[in-house]
Amino acid sequence: MQDPIRAGLAAGWKHIDAATLGKGQTVEADVVIVGSGAGGGVTADILSASGLRVILVEEGPLRSSSDFRMLESEAYPELYQDSAARKTMDKAINILQGRCVGGSTTVNWTSSFRTPPEVFAFWQRHYGLRQLSAEAMSSWFAVMEHKLWVRAWETPPNPNNKVLAAGAEKLGIPIGAIKRNVKGCWNLGYCGMGCPTNAKQSMLLTTIPAALNRGATLYTRLRAERLRFSGGRISALDCLALRPDGIHPSGKRLQLRARHFVAAAGAIGSPALLLRSGVPDPHRLLGKRTFLHPVIISSAVMPERVDAYAGAPQTLYSDFFLHQTAIDGPLGFKLETPPLHPVLYATTLQGFGAAHAALMREFTRVNVVLALLRDGFHPESQGGQVRLGRDGLPVLDYPLGEVIWEAARRALLAMAEIQFAAGARAVTPVHETAPLYSSWAQAKKGIAELPLKPLLCRVVSAHVMGGCGMADVPQRGVADHRGRHFWLGNLSIHDGSLFPTSLGANPQLSIYGLVARNASLLAAELSGRPPPLIP
Amino acid sequence: MIVSRRQFIRTGVAGSLLLAFSGWLNAAGERRLSSDERAMLAAIAGALLDGALPPAGDERSRLVALTVDGIARTIAGLSVASQREVGELFGLLVLAPGRMVLAGVGKPWREASVDDVSAFLESWRTSRLALLQGAYAALHDLTFGAWYARPDTWEAIAYPGPPRGYF
Repeated sequence: MQDPIRAGLAAGWKHIDAATLGKGQTVEADVVIVGSGAGGGVTADILSASGLRVILVEEGPLRSSSDFRMLESEAYPELYQDSAARKTMDKAINILQGRCVGGSTTVNWTSSFRTPPEVFAFWQRHYGLRQLSAEAMSSWFAVMEHKLWVRAWETPPNPNNKVLAAGAEKLGIPIGAIKRNVKGCWNLGYCGMGCPTNAKQSMLLTTIPAALNRGATLYTRLRAERLRFSGGRISALDCLALRPDGIHPSGKRLQLRARHFVAAAGAIGSPALLLRSGVPDPHRLLGKRTFLHPVIISSAVMPERVDAYAGAPQTLYSDFFLHQTAIDGPLGFKLETPPLHPVLYATTLQGFGAAHAALMREFTRVNVVLALLRDGFHPESQGGQVRLGRDGLPVLDYPLGEVIWEAARRALLAMAEIQFAAGARAVTPVHETAPLYSSWAQAKKGIAELPLKPLLCRVVSAHVMGGCGMADVPQRGVADHRGRHFWLGNLSIHDGSLFPTSLGANPQLSIYGLVARNASLLAAELSGRPPPLIP
Repeated sequence: MIVSRRQFIRTGVAGSLLLAFSGWLNAAGERRLSSDERAMLAAIAGALLDGALPPAGDERSRLVALTVDGIARTIAGLSVASQREVGELFGLLVLAPGRMVLAGVGKPWREASVDDVSAFLESWRTSRLALLQGAYAALHDLTFGAWYARPDTWEAIAYPGPPRGYF
């Protein structure tokens, strides 16, 4: 298997692993981009294509297909924030978020959805974002779909996804097929551990190599510490080099100077960088309204082998329960089917001792369905808040309130009913006091009475959004519809932190489309060229 | 958030007292596990993994020791803040007062039975104190993560491991 990253490095890409730096230094460029995920990757590509000198700053390491051995023991510590154990402040939500070159796009499950039209409509009504609509954005989505190989997935769904389809069909619940951004996919099922065959068209394989081919500089294991500004303009970014462990600062400091700065560190990292820097925030909006699509999980034991670790992970979905009420009514949810691997499943599965071991022995017959709760639209769903911990690193406080639990109960009921309709022998909500139910009637009664509280009911997330929300005026948001910060002239925000609500869909394509537009407008401005034809 | 004010205060006060106490003993961070910590983790792993482990004997001890090694490796890969929190929890549990008062385990960890340890884990799992519930979850995830990360545990769950040989 050819490794395009190693080939590029051998051909002379400018990559500096900050852990190897012998002394501090000051470096200059046209634009400094913090973060190399969906937002940072697309920005680096577009800006470098306009002839701008770009520096990319990534806190995680550079890893590529030769390193991806499909082992959880290697992938989680190497490629994820806090070894895939990042938690909200009260520990009630576990957040899967990438921390490597390519960010979460290196480890996501390839699900690609455009931003739903009703979400744009809500943003127009509540945040005055009249420039952003499904029609206005459609060309940008089309461009990125083409570039990143977002295509219909023609291979039959794996048995894990088929459970969702079979149950939903029995109950008359419509199911859709998920588009995936892959080219020549081997259907292995290990997308979450980095793609070993370079099929996934993540930032690691597309935009970042393109930018490096044009002479962009990539720093890794470099932590963006603080933006220095005066008179409404940023002059420099102070960075801390990390040791080879990727955790502790080495003591070496880098200062990056540029005409323009782009925060693309994700919806926890970007607000945290801005908070640490003390940027103007007169309306106290920074870090607030952070959304997670809190995920509730239902586990079933099927009569036949499911082998949920094998085959493309998420290929079918249902939005039926997103459309039962108004968008700002009781929280709707999207149903999907995640992949299972031993560590991921064993740590998420409730209980211990003999009961846990017994369920683990059924591992190959287990199907899991998950519900992504659409947070941020109901007036009482205000999401969480990014704060700074005592070491200056971010902490996300996301209180799980009644509107979440009410939706969680409906989701657990819907998932159990679907799993039994598909022929499940037993179903258990992933919840510390839930037993294995052996029939839908039993589950219906049991789930109705289940105490739903933080740390009793397992909640996870892989979609962090908001915290630097867009709006028409500074009273309602941190940045405008182009991602331009309202108070600092040469600062843009290019990642999911811009979203004023969650999306009700996996966010990668929404970030690609919005950032492609905003980076193109920025490139025109910085390079003095005509703006793109589709504004 | 719907948490009564009284419950919030109770959790908050208990939490800060616990952490102040253990934090004093354990500035935490980068360090090897002490032998007391290893004994404590071995007792906890023995209870959490009961049902996956063979019955008492050398093989069981060997597998538990491997799991404790795995937990140590996992902790070394966590963020500084998480390492500090885990250090505080361990600092608390290795001391006799913490073990007896908070975990309710009377005997030293080396002598505690699976039933003793299971009772303590069960009480934390459904505790009204978020701090103890969170601590249980950390012990749960560290232990099961370390166990199922090892390929020699996969046969029991019929997991064939990742595809090999194509690359």
